[in-house]
Amino acid sequence: MSNDTNRRDFLGMSFAAVAAVGGAASLIGMKQAWDPLPSVLAAGSTVVDLKNAEPGKPSMATWRGKPIFILKKTADMPKDGRDLVIGSDHFTLVIGLCTHLGCIPAWKKTKWKCACHGGEFDSSGRNIFGPPPRPFDIPPFKVDGTVVTLGAETGPEYAKMMKA
Amino acid sequence: MAKINESLFSAEGLDKRLNLTQFNKVMMTEYWIPKDINFLWAMGVVLASTFMILIVSGIFLMMYYKPDTALAFDSVNYTIMQEVGFGWLFRHMHGVAASVVFLIIYIHMFTGLYYGSYKKGREMIWISGMLLFVTFSAAGFSGYMLPWGQMSYWAAAVITNLFSGGSLHADFLVEWIRGGYSVGDATLTRFFMLHVFLMPIIILGIIVLHFYTLRIPHVNNQESDDIDFDAEAEKYLAGNKKESKVIPFWPVFLSKDFAILGAFLIFYFYLVFFNYEFAMDPVNFDPADPMVTPAHIYPEWYFLWSYEVLRGFFFDIAGMSAMDIGLIAFAFAQVIFMIVPFIDRDPDILPAFKRPRFNIWFWVLMFDLVVLSVYGKLPPTGMNAWIGFFATLTFLGLFAIFPFITKADAKARGAL
Repeated sequence: MSNDTNRRDFLGMSFAAVAAVGGAASLIGMKQAWDPLPSVLAAGSTVVDLKNAEPGKPSMATWRGKPIFILKKTADMPKDGRDLVIGSDHFTLVIGLCTHLGCIPAWKKTKWKCACHGGEFDSSGRNIFGPPPRPFDIPPFKVDGTVVTLGAETGPEYAKMMKA
Repeated sequence: MAKINESLFSAEGLDKRLNLTQFNKVMMTEYWIPKDINFLWAMGVVLASTFMILIVSGIFLMMYYKPDTALAFDSVNYTIMQEVGFGWLFRHMHGVAASVVFLIIYIHMFTGLYYGSYKKGREMIWISGMLLFVTFSAAGFSGYMLPWGQMSYWAAAVITNLFSGGSLHADFLVEWIRGGYSVGDATLTRFFMLHVFLMPIIILGIIVLHFYTLRIPHVNNQESDDIDFDAEAEKYLAGNKKESKVIPFWPVFLSKDFAILGAFLIFYFYLVFFNYEFAMDPVNFDPADPMVTPAHIYPEWYFLWSYEVLRGFFFDIAGMSAMDIGLIAFAFAQVIFMIVPFIDRDPDILPAFKRPRFNIWFWVLMFDLVVLSVYGKLPPTGMNAWIGFFATLTFLGLFAIFPFITKADAKARGAL
């Protein structure tokens, strides 16, 4: 401390230290108050049975308030490393939100087209046109026979698809 | 403190305690406004009044509105619209005022830009004004979510998604803002809080700051004449009202402002009663459905130009994804007006008609903003996408050449 430091400076700095600690602590509290609630997080899993899926006709499920696209591929649809393979069947299993800004694209014969900004995705969920920066996201899931559980737990099929 | 013997309940007594006479002089009767102004100088008072309409109508809406995803839509479209006495009027007043307030903000802002009222001593007025534009935008967006219709939901989904930062893929930030994996109940309630409390309080604070920043440098005038306010005030107070270049804020300036405010209010209530549909999108009368995106979504008219800048780049360039370029252009558009005083390299304060190159620049900018707004509403396909792309390039280019244009004007005038 220099010779110019007096008692008022000391008081000022003491207050600054107290205020900084309190301010930082309250920021943590405020940040956490905006975090998703435990009940919201707990409601985060969905079970889907793929047994009755019709080839070439995507169906929709809801997971965490988001649409999930499930498409059983027909023979002439290209296979992809991101397919979920159950027996000899190939499935596209993705979160049905355009990776651009989150609109729900609609299925048009062979691909998904997004009405918001014109993005397009092929039957494997890969972005093929427009502003989307990446393929549809894949939800974490595990498989038991033909039953898929979407949620926090993941199985080996998910790990394989994420690599592709 | 001097001892005060006069009763509190007398004019002198109150004045002794609060010094109202002096306060009234500083803020009203000896706050000098140039004579050489036109109706565009009344927009500040029009804006303050529109904001009051928003507050009062908002208070009445808040008494029946329910910020809960299960109740919100019906509380607006059934309770307020059908049951509450004059509820429909308060809703239409609130919706129309929210739209019209942006029209006046744009007029107010581009008046300041045209007459050079943003520079050389008036920067703080411009910056606080741009902060008001940002906070009004936040208030408009958070309020748009409240009726919980399809447009409310999908506007909320798309705008909160912007915070993922494109390729940064910052989903944790989006989920934190939403308070859930998707836009839901927590999102609605927190945006309700922002809309009815935090944003209005911040806006009120910045309005006070905005008025204060104006008090010392004074209002600009049509010729950007450098007025000696003390000398002109002396003339006025000495009875030389005709010769003086200034008038007092109250009662002279405000009386004219109120006349213009009257005309504005007639126009505004005409819209409220006979043409409110433009502020009531039909798509928003479908309840929010997270499983169906409306066929075509677009923001309210006042956000269209920046929305078009966001989506103007629809193809990847040099390995950068279209979305990232769009986000960067969008971020640029949000801040560029804020720093206009610092990239203007002309040392003189002059209106656009005395700065030939700037004048052209100004009107090209106005035209470009109109083009962006028109194409921001159209589907981004075929020719539309290309016009949007070139209008976006023009917008960015205009600000890139702004420092050079303003410097060239100054050189031609011999000021540099």
